[in-house]
Formats: sequence, structure tokens, C-alpha cells
Amino acid sequence: MFLIAVFLYAPIITLIVLSFNKSKTRAKWGGFTLKWYGELFNNDAIMGALFNTLLIALIASVVSTLIGTIACISIMNLRKKTRSLVMGVTNIPMLNAEIVTGISLMLLFISFNFRFGLGTILLSHITFCIPYVILSVMPRMQQLDPHTYEAALDLGATPVYGYIKVVLPEIMPGVASGFLMAFTMSIDDFIITHFTKGAGVDTLSTKIYTEVKKGIKPEMYALSTIIFLTVLVLLLLVNYKPVDKPKTAAPKQAA
Amino acid sequence: MNSLQRNKKLLGTPYFIWCAFFIIIPLGMVFYYGLTDRNGSLTFENIAAITQPEHIKGLFLALGLSFLSTIICILLSYPLAMILSAMKVSTKSFVVFIFILPMWMNFLLRTMAWQTLLEKTGVINSVLTFLNLPVLKIINTPSAIVLGMVYNFLPFMVLPLYNCISKIDENVINAARDLGANSIKVFTRIILPLSVPGIISGITMVFIPALTTFVISKLLGGSKILLIGNIIEEEFTQASNWNLGSGLSIVLMIFIIISIIITNIFDKGGESNFL
Amino acid sequence: MKKKLCVLMLFAFVMAFGLTGCKKADSSNGEVVVYNWGEYIDPETLELFEKETGIKVIYDEFETNETMYPKVEAGATVYDVICPSDYTIRKMIENDLLQELNFDHIPNAKNIGKQYYDSAMEFDPGNLYAVPYCWGTVGILYNKTMVDEPVDSWTILWDPKYKDNILMQDSVRDAFMVALKTKGYSMNTLDLDELNEAKNYLLEQKDLVQAYVVDQVRDKMIGNEAALGVIYSGEAIYTQRENPDLEYVIPKEGTNVWIDAWVIPKNAKNVENAEKFIDFMCRPDIALMNFDYITYSTPNDAARDLIEDEEIRNSTIAFPDLSQYENLETYTYLGQEGDELYNELWKEVKSE
Repeated sequence: MFLIAVFLYAPIITLIVLSFNKSKTRAKWGGFTLKWYGELFNNDAIMGALFNTLLIALIASVVSTLIGTIACISIMNLRKKTRSLVMGVTNIPMLNAEIVTGISLMLLFISFNFRFGLGTILLSHITFCIPYVILSVMPRMQQLDPHTYEAALDLGATPVYGYIKVVLPEIMPGVASGFLMAFTMSIDDFIITHFTKGAGVDTLSTKIYTEVKKGIKPEMYALSTIIFLTVLVLLLLVNYKPVDKPKTAAPKQAA
Repeated sequence: MNSLQRNKKLLGTPYFIWCAFFIIIPLGMVFYYGLTDRNGSLTFENIAAITQPEHIKGLFLALGLSFLSTIICILLSYPLAMILSAMKVSTKSFVVFIFILPMWMNFLLRTMAWQTLLEKTGVINSVLTFLNLPVLKIINTPSAIVLGMVYNFLPFMVLPLYNCISKIDENVINAARDLGANSIKVFTRIILPLSVPGIISGITMVFIPALTTFVISKLLGGSKILLIGNIIEEEFTQASNWNLGSGLSIVLMIFIIISIIITNIFDKGGESNFL
Repeated sequence: MKKKLCVLMLFAFVMAFGLTGCKKADSSNGEVVVYNWGEYIDPETLELFEKETGIKVIYDEFETNETMYPKVEAGATVYDVICPSDYTIRKMIENDLLQELNFDHIPNAKNIGKQYYDSAMEFDPGNLYAVPYCWGTVGILYNKTMVDEPVDSWTILWDPKYKDNILMQDSVRDAFMVALKTKGYSMNTLDLDELNEAKNYLLEQKDLVQAYVVDQVRDKMIGNEAALGVIYSGEAIYTQRENPDLEYVIPKEGTNVWIDAWVIPKNAKNVENAEKFIDFMCRPDIALMNFDYITYSTPNDAARDLIEDEEIRNSTIAFPDLSQYENLETYTYLGQEGDELYNELWKEVKSE
């Protein structure tokens, strides 16, 4: 357990250490500095990439959660054969090599004369996020007792109201983890973005990839460190809140 | 009820249209490119190209390395998932997040960091030399690629396994014990069969990305080792031979489908064994 | 779970809108879409350009000529200015992707030395399409503390003494250039026997090579990871600054002299702005800023005169006197079949 934790976190610690490295290359330790953190905020290119990444991840995960969850309801009501066909298609982007998905989308966009840019990245991200949503909502949907919903209808609830009041709370954990999964996948994606991005639109991943070749700028390490620590702190707060109640003020401050 | 059912089906329409446009059509285009030559006439040459020694080698190497990584992932994840599911509820969700947390660090950066760690003059070797231990020479070898794969895809194995094992009803295990089963028996007869779905989804989530990766092999293999993913990527980006790239992608897809079928057979076998 | 979600979303919003709230206002004079190599310009020059002309620069980067080409050819994005290398410019000219430049609108182009225009004739006969931006050679970067014999030949890259201490270029043309030059052939050969000989020679070397890399040679050499590396001359100054033990040589068998130049594609939408951009990049002070930042040799003679540090102005690394070397060549476009042949052989080398 401990060894695996070391294994998982060794590279991350390396990156954090590198963000304090005075020397510009990762190969040499030039002394401790905080200057990259300052320069980070003045670096328009990185800040722009960060903005794009978060914007794309947010929109893609919201849209794919919506489409995916609604699609689940409908898939549940399909005949068995059609259902397995639809699920098969759903699985394609997940099981296919990312590189094939990326290229096939690129070919699509080219032949339909899409203008490459934020829009094409978004469309592709939604495409590969939906399956994750469906796969995490589906099991919840299957566990659902259909009688509860029918009972709600018998008691006079409209179908929509019934869904919101009865079904939704039941599948909520699935929806939430689907959303989170989609968000994380979108943020971390490189290959598909690489093939579907347009001029001047960079996400963090594609920015890093161009930098890998030329030597990564230390500002990038600084940014990753900030993101990592923020998520860490948030998770700590969220997880410990129920345990020690007196400290409920803390999360508000963080937010 | 019937009209309601139809309405529900209609709800899926946006998704179905989406599927058709962004999954089926693009896939069709890959097939179109893969089955034609530069002049647009039908040919199977691009598919047959897999038999060229350098392609077949890339494919088998990728199959071998990803298979190995998957096995290592299972061996590491299984005890881990069992420890996790045995933990108290309050610390549990936190520990699970420990595994998701690294995913918030960009995956390219994390893989790059391994380079810094493993290099000849890297962090690990500096420590080893300091301790007068022999240096580690695994960067730019297949072992480094396997390490990178295991590192990147381990969470995808741990999480489904953990989900599965933690759902096992305590009472079933207790019942087995009451009936005289020892720990080994409990494990092989109850926990293992019941966690098969977790293993299956773990395998699919580790094996397939590992099989198709090109970034890990590029960064940690020093480009000395070509996997099928690298070959396809280079056909598209370096050689700009899209037809050949698409053709090889089709072959890769076939192998993915085969591996899914195999795991599914295994899945069914597991279930019947349990029954 | 819900709470976690809320917090995460909030975090995303805060990050997205809080940190990058300061977006530049749109300029009135239109835009220019530039496609250049990664890390190949001083970002400040772009800001200056925007400020002086009011033209908004949309800047995109590529890693190799080969990744750039299909994107331009497919027209997925319409670029106004691109900076490809010699042989790719030739390919683009042959495939009718470029438009002739109107040099009346690029007065600063005269700052580029005549000798560079002469070399550019090899791929751009008549100097109709391209304005040189950077140039250089390919050579060996070695670490003086690890290599004790004099380095003057490519053959040292085949010396078993340096097993696992050699970094080769991970690009078809450069790798084959090294092998072909060592064997005394032209690096633009299409002769099958010569190419096969080069391929076998590279295979022989593979066991000694630590890794095939592109720009990572830089970091790895600075970090004492390897003793010898094949590198572009432009990186030499930078690496020496970081690690004084490093030395750059042009091997006696000859090498590649390359030129990266600005071109305007045929389908460009903002030709006038593109011309203004190229003109701006040719201004001596701007060219100097770029030289300082990327340390690749500038063909801009006026800019070179502005370099204050005499050591660098007369540096034989940044500005080698090419007349003292023999067998220097520039890559030519080999045609589609030639490209495929090279790629095929290179794949065989790498997959062995």
C-alpha cells in the first residue's frame, strides 16, 4: 500500500520540486526559487490554455451528462436487440484507440468543412465523454425498482415530475460520478484534442505536448502544482467536513 | 403506457443522432480511407500491410507489453482493492480519491516526470549511487514502457475492482466461513468469482489504452521501440500516408474487438463456474 | 458526492473566470493567422506587432514540417503566414499551395543577407515565395568531460566506446543525412543501393544509441545524460549557456544547411496583414529580439550588426563561415515516392 502510494506520487513530487527549480531545464537543479509562480500569471499563453481547458471540460461534461443521462432513460426502454446495438455503438469511442477516434473526427470535420477551433474540440470532447456518463448511470438505472416510479405515476405524478422526484435522486450518484469522470477525462485528454484543434486554440495538454519537444517551461510545473494542491485541499476539506463539524466554516472560506 | 414508452424512446433521439454523426460517420471515413489508395480506388493493400515485418513486430510488441502491464496491474490492484474495501467508511472515500488525484496532474507531465526519475543521471540513480548500489538501467527499454503503462492505467484497474469487491455482501462471506471455508477457500470460491465483472472492466480499461498508446512509448522508450500506436501516429503525422494509417487502425480495431470477445468469454466462464 | 461536485464546479469556475478574466480587446485592423515552429519566436515581438499595427495575431505552433503539411493541405485551418523549412517549401510550391510574395510590401526583406537568398534559390528558384527567417546547420554536440578525443567526424557516433551515450535525431531526413554523409553520398539521394547501405549503417548504430529524440537532445545534453548528440546549431548556444562543458562541431563529411522561411499560402485570407507581419519580423530590432530569445542564427545582416556581445556576433557557432566546409547541402523535396521510400526504410530501422 505504502509502496504503491510512493509509486503513484513520486512523479508528482518530482514535478512539484521542479516548479521551484531556478534553472530553466529540468535536467539541472539551479537553486530554489518562487519566480515561476509569479511569471505564470503573466504568461498569457498558459493562462489562455488553462481557460480553454476548463471551459471545454465544463461545457463538455455538462452537455454530455445531460445527453447521456437522458439517453439512458431511453435506452432502458428499448427492445433488447436495439439496446445492445446502441450500447455497442456507445462503447466504440471508449474502446477504440484514442488516436483512431481523434483521426476519424478530424476526417469528419474536414469533409464537412467545419472551422477548426474551440467548437470542434468541444464536439469531440462531448463525443468521448458521453459513453463514460452512460456507463456510470446505466448500472444505477438497472438497479432501479420500476415499481417505485409506477407507484408515483399511480399517485398522480406526471411522468416528468415522477422522474425528477423518484428516479433522479436514485441515479444521482451515477450521474455525479459520470460528470466527474467526464470532467477529468476532458481535462486530461491530449490525443483527441491534438487532432481536432484549430489555430491558436490550445488546451493545457496540447500546449505541454509542444513544450515536451522543446523542453517544458517551468511555469507549467508551477501551474500543475497549483492545480494539484487546490484539488488536494478541496478534497481534504470535503472529506473531513462531516467528521469534525465545528470546522464547517472552512470550506466556505476556500470557496 | 405504450405511448409513454414511445416518448421515453424519443428522449434518446438527440443521443442517437449524435452517435450517428460523431461515431458512425467518422468510423466510416476511417474505413473509407483504409480501403482505398491515394487515388481513391478500392484496395486491401493497407490492411495487408500489417504483415510487413516492422508492422507485425510493432503489433506483437504492443500486444505483449500491454498484456504484461495488465497482469501487473491486476496483481497490484487486487490486494489493494481488498484492503480498501476492508477500511472504515470515512477514510474509504478519501483513499479512493488518492487514486484519482494524480489524474489531475497532466498525464504528459507525469510521464515526463518518470523520465527525470529514471534517467541515467536521474533522481533514482543518484540515490542508488549515493547508497553504493548498482544503477538502474531501464529508461529507453521495454521495461520503462511497461512501468509507464502500469503507472498511468493502475487507477483504472483499482477503481472498478474496488467497486466490485466492496459490494460483496459481508453475509455471504460470513456464511461461507460458518460453513467451514478457510480464508483461501473464501477467496477463491467467493471473492474472486464475485469480482470478475470488476476484473473484466479493469482489463478493458487498462489493456486497450495500453495497446494503442503512442505517447508513453515515445517518452519512455526513447523512440527506439515502435509500438503499433507509434506506427499509426507516424503514418498520419510524419509520413502523411492517411490511407496506410487508416488501414492499420482497422487492423488494430479488429484486435481490440477480439480481445473484448475473449474477455467476455472468460466472463461467462467465471459466472458459470460460480454457479 | 453532490457537495464534492459543487465544490469542484465552483473551483473550475473560479479558475476559469477569475484567473484569466483579462482578455485583450479585439483589434480593429483585422487579424493574421501565423503557423510557426514551437518556441520559435519571442512572444514579446508578437505583442509589439499587435500594438504597432493593431492587427491581432492568432498564433499556432507545429512540431515538424510533416505535421504541418497535411493540416495546411487539408485546409482545416486557413493560415496567413507559415514558416516551413526548405524542402517543405519546395513541396508546397510544387503542389501549388503558396502564393508569390509582393516584395514591394515587404521593404525590410532587404535586410536579409544576399548569401541566404542565394541558398534559398535551391528550393525557391527566383526567390519568389519565401523570406528566410532562421538558418543553421546540423552537427554534433558533445560533452568535453566525457569525450576525450577530438570530434570532427560523424563516425564517432558509431564508436562502441560511447554505447548508450549517443543521442540521434528522431526524424527521417536528419537520421539518413548523418548516415549518407558518413558514407560519402548525397543526402538527397534516391539511389536504392546507397539508401540500403545507409539503412544498414543506421541499424548497426542502433544498439549504441541511447534514444532517438528531437528537441530533447537539448535537455539531455545539459543534464549530462549523454556524451554525444546530433543537434541543430541553433540549440548549441543555449545549451552552452546552461552547461559550459558542451561543444558543437560541424563534421568534416559535411552536413545539412537548412533555412526556415516565411511564406504565404495561396488560400490566405489576410494577405496584406501577412505581408506586414513578415515585414515586421525582418526589422533588425525585432530580428535581434528573436535571435536573443531562440538563439537560432538569423539571416538578418542588419540584426547581426546590432548584436552587442562581440563574442556572439563573431561566434562560429551562430554564424559559421560556410565556405570553409565541404559537402554542405540543402534538403530537396524528393517527391511523394521518394518520401515514402525514406519513411519505409526509417521504419525498418526503428522497429528493428
